[in-house]
Amino acid sequence: MTTVIVVDYGAGNTRSVRAALTTLGHTSEVSADPTAISEAPFVVLPGVGAARQAMEHLNETGAADALRQRVTAAKPVLGICLGMQLALEASQEDGGVKGLGIVEGFVVRLDAPRIPRLGWADVDPWGQSFYFAHSYVAESTWSVATSEGVCAVIEKGSFLGVQFHPEKSGGAGLAFLERCLSLV
Amino acid sequence: MPLPRLIPCLDVANGRVVKGIQFEQLRDVGDPVALAQAYSDGGADELVFLDITATPSGAATMVEVVRRVADVVTIPFTVGGGIRSVEDAARIIESGADRVALNSAALATPELISAVAARFGSQAVVVSIDAKDDVVYSHGGRTPTAFRTVPWAVEVAARGAGEILLTSINRDGGRQGYDLTLTQQVRDAVDIAVIASGGAGSVADVVAALRITDAALIASIVHDDPTSIVGLREELKAAGISLRSVVQR
Repeated sequence: MTTVIVVDYGAGNTRSVRAALTTLGHTSEVSADPTAISEAPFVVLPGVGAARQAMEHLNETGAADALRQRVTAAKPVLGICLGMQLALEASQEDGGVKGLGIVEGFVVRLDAPRIPRLGWADVDPWGQSFYFAHSYVAESTWSVATSEGVCAVIEKGSFLGVQFHPEKSGGAGLAFLERCLSLV
Repeated sequence: MPLPRLIPCLDVANGRVVKGIQFEQLRDVGDPVALAQAYSDGGADELVFLDITATPSGAATMVEVVRRVADVVTIPFTVGGGIRSVEDAARIIESGADRVALNSAALATPELISAVAARFGSQAVVVSIDAKDDVVYSHGGRTPTAFRTVPWAVEVAARGAGEILLTSINRDGGRQGYDLTLTQQVRDAVDIAVIASGGAGSVADVVAALRITDAALIASIVHDDPTSIVGLREELKAAGISLRSVVQR
């Protein structure tokens, strides 16, 4: 059992992520406290809300610095959807928002026939379907998996970011989260 | 495009799942959490819960249902019925729903669509359109409005809706097939996803809908036995519809 910190940036739904962690036998706390973020064995940066408000919240609480230091110290952080996008240098969302700068790359408006891109899609080369709900997407040389040609997973050091929602991706999502936490 | 989605719809009244024909003659079909879990295990891609009581006491009951569902179900779900303000939407999303479906309140106050989208993102906003051909109805399909189906669909997309749930009132519960003409008209007019709803009675009906649009809402054909979704998925795949891979844990 691991106590996971789910980073609070004031944007609503952390319940689903916490429920998935509970299902896997882990406890979790929602917090923006820099010390809690630094010391936790595993940290999730969840993915609901808007980039500007999220970054303002992370900067004000000191969570942004704590997250950067965590990755520098090679401690694991999982970013989900917006939480993955926040790790990059900057986003086009909300007229341009500076990100955490943990991973080199930028977040751009999706080029897709229907936006938001909603639904299940295969992740290559994993060969399984996961659930996506997004209007922006990462462009980074640290991309390690794609879905319909767009970045689905980035990995740099101890930071792992996924564009899909593992907490909403049924058995495949739970198995993915289980693998992430087994490394702790 | 992401894969076509099969979406069971659960109408909820006073904390129980019910089913009616053309929005009337309700019968009890079970506990929302147990049904949601069964559909999720059977390979449903997503769920929609519609609170058809839409009263203040019903709203509190619905929040409790949303929490219980979010604690056990690991697929996305949308909640609609009686959401009249950003605060109502926030209560539902903070309880664990992925999206809210706006209907009568969006017709009365179209700005509500953009207000919810600004706070939670377009992916969190579904606008439900109940239509008889080109006339949009409000209040659970009972009240005709001055809104026309296709122009209203275009407007909700422009205001920031992430998806349209298009229900044909004529077809709802009748098991005679989706209104494919209306679905196609709406989908051609917007650049967001469209869920076809109302009238699924056979596998062929679902196949026909998924060939022309992003998702199909199903109720009558699976409510008597939620595990039947497993067989339905197999038949859809045999008919050439690509569905997600389902991993059991």
